Amino acid sequence: MEKIKKEIRGQSIKSDVPAIRCRGVKKYFQAVHAVDGIDLDVRVGECFGLLGPNGAGKTTLVEILEGLTHTNAGTVEILGHHWGSRDDHALRDRIAVQLQETQLADKLTVEETLRLFRSFFSRGRTVDQVISLGNLEEKRRERVHKLSGGTKQRLALACALVSDPELLFLDEPTTGLDPQARSKVWDVVEGFKVAGGTVMLTTHYMEEAARLCNRVAIMDHGKFLAVGTPADLVASLGVREVIEFRLMGELAPGLLEGLPGVKTVDKKKEGYILKVLSIDAVLPALLAVIEKQQLKLDQLVTRQVTLEDVFMSMTVGALHDER
Amino acid sequence: MRDKVMHPLIELTIARIKETIREPDTLFWVFVFPILLAVALGIAFREKPADKILIAIESSMSAEKISKLLSFSKDMETTILDAGEANEQLRKGKVDLIIGIDRGIGAQEKEIVPGNMVFTYDPTRSNSEIARMASRDAIERGLGRKDTVSIRDNIVATPGSRYIDFLIPGMIGMNLMGSGMWGVGFAVVLARTRRLLKRLAATPMRRSHYLLGFMLSRMIFLVPEVAVLVVLGWIIFDVKFFGSIADMVIVSALGSMTFAGLGLLVASRSKTIEAASGWMNFIMMPMYILSGSFFSYERFPAFAIPIIRALPLTALNDALRAVMNDGTPLYSIWLELAVLTIWSILSFGVALKIFKWQ
Repeated sequence: MEKIKKEIRGQSIKSDVPAIRCRGVKKYFQAVHAVDGIDLDVRVGECFGLLGPNGAGKTTLVEILEGLTHTNAGTVEILGHHWGSRDDHALRDRIAVQLQETQLADKLTVEETLRLFRSFFSRGRTVDQVISLGNLEEKRRERVHKLSGGTKQRLALACALVSDPELLFLDEPTTGLDPQARSKVWDVVEGFKVAGGTVMLTTHYMEEAARLCNRVAIMDHGKFLAVGTPADLVASLGVREVIEFRLMGELAPGLLEGLPGVKTVDKKKEGYILKVLSIDAVLPALLAVIEKQQLKLDQLVTRQVTLEDVFMSMTVGALHDER
Repeated sequence: MRDKVMHPLIELTIARIKETIREPDTLFWVFVFPILLAVALGIAFREKPADKILIAIESSMSAEKISKLLSFSKDMETTILDAGEANEQLRKGKVDLIIGIDRGIGAQEKEIVPGNMVFTYDPTRSNSEIARMASRDAIERGLGRKDTVSIRDNIVATPGSRYIDFLIPGMIGMNLMGSGMWGVGFAVVLARTRRLLKRLAATPMRRSHYLLGFMLSRMIFLVPEVAVLVVLGWIIFDVKFFGSIADMVIVSALGSMTFAGLGLLVASRSKTIEAASGWMNFIMMPMYILSGSFFSYERFPAFAIPIIRALPLTALNDALRAVMNDGTPLYSIWLELAVLTIWSILSFGVALKIFKWQ
């Protein structure tokens, strides 16, 4: 059994079949274009992240990939197979899914839930293995309705990993969790990646995408706005650092844009956000401007550009385009 | 500790059984409630000496005399009331009949004329009819009528013909319907609203296994469900069981399948518990009333009887009564079994066709 499994895995890696391949995928709900022409290739062993605001179409896209939702147009290929054939059953045996907001049976214990899910798959881990994988040892005899949100998510993840899948779909695996619980979920996903598994993940936490994903796509209104490694996307902004500050009083418009090294200026309720090539070059000039205007600095923070800045610039941009 | 991976159908059935027995509400409605209901109805309709016939005599100069005439019969209890009070008591059902004097044209009140009486009663009340006949008989006899035929009363009490004997199989049928429909329907709709159905659909689980798991768990639960009422009837009310246990198991299993199928059908598309509840009640309520669980459906008009007998609960109740009360062999109740089989195949077939997993 173990041998056969390794051979199957070996084959799919060798034969260079992508884990996921989509061409021109579209899905409409009445007039809403939930997914509007998506092309996507995810390599075996890769962790791919879908980033986007609520309603961007992430979940619809993922459920199309999982074979749970039909497309209106385009082709989807998962581990070399198309959904809707007699291979569906065999394909489901090789992938695993964690849906957004699934509530497992309340009255069953952790162990019973895992044993039930294990019975659906022709191969996979033992219940004990997956309990330790999900850090669930202490909760194994606890009923599901008594578990905390974080433990429930780890159980949902364990249910997905019970089959030792080749491809794992995670739809917002850490939404609503506290940082500690989130970090525990990440550990489990990283363990799966290290073992050679492929992951398709949706999230709206940039930190999660940056930590787990080899590549991310930023999605809004059913379309990909950008695809690349987190580093590439950050670099695509053309700036490396950010200065955020707040003033006691108003600065005349146009003063900051002229400063050398400043790429963009955003004025928000909380203050100003400057994306700059280098803090060293901009900061003295900025302070000089403020002093010249006889304004007082209330707060000033400098930091590296993150995926969040990319995300904000792109999704806000998309909104502007629509108007 | 079970390390071996069991067949999914077995795991689904075990999970279903555990979920059911861990729900105290379910246990109450499936096991405790029918017992309470059976005991309450059994006591209310227990075998007891026939009710006394209660008669009001309108106060008049003849009242005492009439009362005396009636007092020869042990079954009658009389009270003398004025007209208004008597009518009030009749309306409330506290007396079955009012006997008054017919004050026809010219009749004088002081004349004692038992030959002119008025019986006031509601003919739709069976006790009133009995009261009318019995008091007429007692009065006529008291005034000197001679009986022309001598009648000897030969009293029998056949077990199996009492109300409680009728009631217990009806309660079993009703219980199998309720637990089958709610047990399956609710669980499926709940799993759908919690997106658990979708999650399961994303696994290689065979969909038929999921639905069969419900069937199997119902097959297991019906044993205690039926046994509880049979044993209770036997211990408390001496309800005899005349048929074979195997026949009883077959009939109950078929009935259980039918209602599990109907529950599945109701749940196959319902998106909310509320919608499912509405449909459940819509389907079950007519059967509670029509299908002869509490009283015989023969009381309904003749044209309705074939329709009533085509209802699954009627077929189940009739089959259960035939097996329990009369020990009828299964081939004699083929029609009822056929009705149940057709309902279960139809409901399952349609449910599987239209079932929505998300």
